[in-house]
Formats: sequence, structure tokens, C-alpha cells
Amino acid sequence: MKPFVTLDNVSHYYMTDEGKPVQALKDVSFSIGKNEFVAVVGPSGCGKSTLLRLLSGLMQPTHGSVNIFGMPVTEPRDEIGIVFQQPTLLPWLNVTDNVLFPIKHKRGRATDKEKAQAQSLIKMVGLEDFASRMPGELSGGMQQRVGIARALLLDPDILIMDEPFSALDALTREEMGFDLLRIWNESPKTVLFITHSISEAVLLADKVLIMSPRPGRLSEEIPIDLPRPRSAATVREKAFSEYTDRIRQQIYHPKTENITAVTDEKKVVNL
Amino acid sequence: MSELTISKFQTFKRYLPALTLALILPAWELICRLFEVPSYILPTPSDIYQAFIAVDLDRWGLHLWATLKVALVGFALSMLISIPLAMLMVNSKYLSKTLYPILVVVQSTPVVAIAPLLITMFGSGEAPRLAITCLITFFPLVVSATTGMMATPNELIDLSRSLRAPRYKEIFAIRLPYALPHIFSGMKVAVTLAIIGAVVAEFVAAEQGLGYFIQFSTSFFKVPQAFAALIFLSIVSLGLFKLVHWVQAYFFGWTMTKEKA
Repeated sequence: MKPFVTLDNVSHYYMTDEGKPVQALKDVSFSIGKNEFVAVVGPSGCGKSTLLRLLSGLMQPTHGSVNIFGMPVTEPRDEIGIVFQQPTLLPWLNVTDNVLFPIKHKRGRATDKEKAQAQSLIKMVGLEDFASRMPGELSGGMQQRVGIARALLLDPDILIMDEPFSALDALTREEMGFDLLRIWNESPKTVLFITHSISEAVLLADKVLIMSPRPGRLSEEIPIDLPRPRSAATVREKAFSEYTDRIRQQIYHPKTENITAVTDEKKVVNL
Repeated sequence: MSELTISKFQTFKRYLPALTLALILPAWELICRLFEVPSYILPTPSDIYQAFIAVDLDRWGLHLWATLKVALVGFALSMLISIPLAMLMVNSKYLSKTLYPILVVVQSTPVVAIAPLLITMFGSGEAPRLAITCLITFFPLVVSATTGMMATPNELIDLSRSLRAPRYKEIFAIRLPYALPHIFSGMKVAVTLAIIGAVVAEFVAAEQGLGYFIQFSTSFFKVPQAFAALIFLSIVSLGLFKLVHWVQAYFFGWTMTKEKA
């Protein structure tokens, strides 16, 4: 597959309030093909949020480069939709206006075509009966569905999802996973899905990136060769548990050869 | 408990405050009469009522209007200053670090003590009274607006920036509405403080207003009349509080229900 998103030797430092540089990412390189579904798993502190901010163009890496379509990412772009950990809807707007928010916020007014687009997205996430409800009247899962519809509004090529289902209960979470696969099938996108859940990663992704913490590094890349469409039956397959075991093994007992020891700690000074 | 008794109990609970008042008033009356408390120390409710109807409604209206005008105009001015100031402070770390200490100093200075100084500075017109009301209502408004705007989730700010929306939109379309629940809490505090501000100003220099009327009445030992004015003031204050609550519920209903997520 032709690479669509590439990260080349990306390292990133940020300053603490005391003015000390902390390394969030160290020499991270990977690529994502067009319409590929990539999941990133790893414990807290492995730089997942930094990765999100770099890819969305909200930050520039200290070293290395982030490229989309071969062009370095220097500022936020319309081609990226973000779904956050919390739905973070605007409580004073109803579902439809929340979905339309990116367009209204950017340009002030939505065209009829865009309004129709919003309605079909609301239908796609299964909320057509709730289009004029306020966020406060919706359950957590429903709110996150609105968040997904909002991220898809500008028809992004890349969808970044930052632990989108972690605030949901286990049952809703499973249901949302399958719904996401259906939506991805209906309108294919390049997806970077950040999660804490190993089984969720294996169930959804074409490829799982395993990160290790402090500083955040890529410790292994595992292609998931399970047939699609995936369903509840996929979870019961032997290959599925082999994948989850392998990932769990890598997270808790990493093979050290992948971790490069010598680094450019001294470059930190010119921050 | 059956549903019927629950609903009866609910009705009972609803009228409980009125019931309490209905018990306190006769008790007050009885104690004052029984122990022959002189009316200049504690007038009975019936004395207060008599004093209230002894004064022309026109005269009440004149005093009420004088106080209300100062309180409302002062409150409005305070809103006009404090909300933009809060926006500036949220927008710039430098400004907030410079202004916040000054605000705290102003807030810790007792306004009642500044009142005579303001009168000498601004003369005896409306200006010093408005200034006093502004000073007393200003702080809760700035603090609530700033807190509310700072409480906006970072993700929404990230979303706004990822859309490359202009910065003023980040403030007006996201932070300001997000702060509304906080701002309304601040307004409820500030609007009752506005009455206090107006009354303090009238104590220092005024020819009319309910605060002036209380001072005038007590200086002639017309204590029941002063009590009548005092009760009038509390009712006005309560009314303003309710008015803010009503505006919030009617126009900004969403601020009343807490977001689940």
C-alpha cells in the first residue's frame, strides 16, 4: 500500500512549568496507507496525545517530520477530523448544530448541501430521532456518536480518534466499535485510533502500533491479518487471541532489541 | 407510601416556607405585646404594616425608583466592564497577571469606607452612587466570567484551532457561552450586591431612595417606618434575584441542566 501518512524519526520535547524539557516522543517512524485503519496501543505516558497533536498540525515536532501525502504538516488542515476522549459537545447547541459546528465556526453559515450532509451523518451514526435534542439529554454513547459525526462533517481523509470509547461502559463500547467499522466501511478513511484496549485494537485495526512509555517510542508494529467484515464472531477466533496475547506480551515484557539505546539527548539544549 | 400520599407530601413541602412565616409573624406580634417591647426597639408586624400604609404609595414609588435606578444602572455598567475585562484576562496571561492583583486589592478594600471619598471626588450627583454600586458588584462578575471561560475543555479550543478559526471566535463562540452558567451564578450574587451598593451610597449622600428613607426615618425615631422600608428593600432584592433566575431559565435553559459527560 502506498504510504499516505508518514512519520520520519519524530522526536518531541515539551517544557514543564519549571522549564525542564521532557521527552514525549523518541525516534518514532511509521507510515499509514490510504484508508488503512491503524490502532495505537500503549500505557499512559507513551506519547499518544503528542502524536495526535503532531498529526493534526496543532504542534510541530522538535526533530523529524510528519508528512501527509508527502507534504510536511505545518498547520492544521481540513483533511483531518478529530474525535476526542470526551465528546466535548457544545451544550447550548442541539445535535444538528453540534454536527454543523465546524462549518459554522469556520465560515459562519452552512449551505443547504452541508445541512443535508449533516443529516445523513446523523443518520449514519444512528441518531436521526435525536437530531434536535440537546447534548444534556443524550447518553454518553450517543454524545460520542455526535462527536464522530462532527469529525466526519468536513469529509476528512484522515480520522484521528483519541481513546474515543474509553469513557463508555463496556457494552456500549463494544457496540460502538462495530458501528465504527460499519461507518468506516460505508465511507472509507485513513484512521489512527488511539486506545488502551488491546482487544479493541485487534478487532478494529489493519495494523497495531505498540508504544512504550517515557519517552514514548514505537516498540512494535503488528499487522492484523483477520478477515473483514469483522463481527462478534471474530473475537472467538483462535487468531484473535493469538494477536492479543502477542501484543500483551510485547507491552509487559518487551523485546529489548527494538529499543535503540544511543540517542541525541544533547540536542535538547537548543530548545 | 402510596403515590397519593407522596404528592400530598410534596404539596405540603412546597408551602412549608409560607407556613413558617405564618407562624413566626403572630409569635413576633405576641412576644412584643406580652413583654411590652417599645416600638423604637422592635416594632410589631402590625405597627410596621400601619407605618407602611401611612406613607403614600407615590412616595414609596419615588424612593423605590431612586434606589432601583442606581442599582440597575450600576449593575449594567458593571457587566459592561467586567465581562470584556474577563475576556481580556483569559486571552492574555500577561494581562491577567497584571490586573488580577489590582482587582484583589480593590475587592479587599471595604467599599463602605471608600463611599465618602467617592462622594467628595465625584460630587453628590448620580455618578458616585453608580461608582459605588459598580465597585461592589464588579468582583463576583469578573471572577465568575474568568473561571467559566477558563473551564472550557481544552479539546474545544484544539478543535477551534484545528479549524483555523480566528481567535475572537474562540472567545465569543466557545469560551463565552461556556462561561454562561458561571456568569449567571455571579450575576445572582452581584444583583443583590447592587442593592447593597445603592443603599450604602444613599446612606452617605442622597435626597431620596429607600436607603435614604431608612436613615431619615430612624433619625426621627420612626422605627416602624424604617422597618417597612427595610422589608421593602428585601423584597426588591429578592425580586431582582428571581428576575436573573427567570432570564437564565427562559433564555438559557441549557445552563440549568448539568452536562452528563
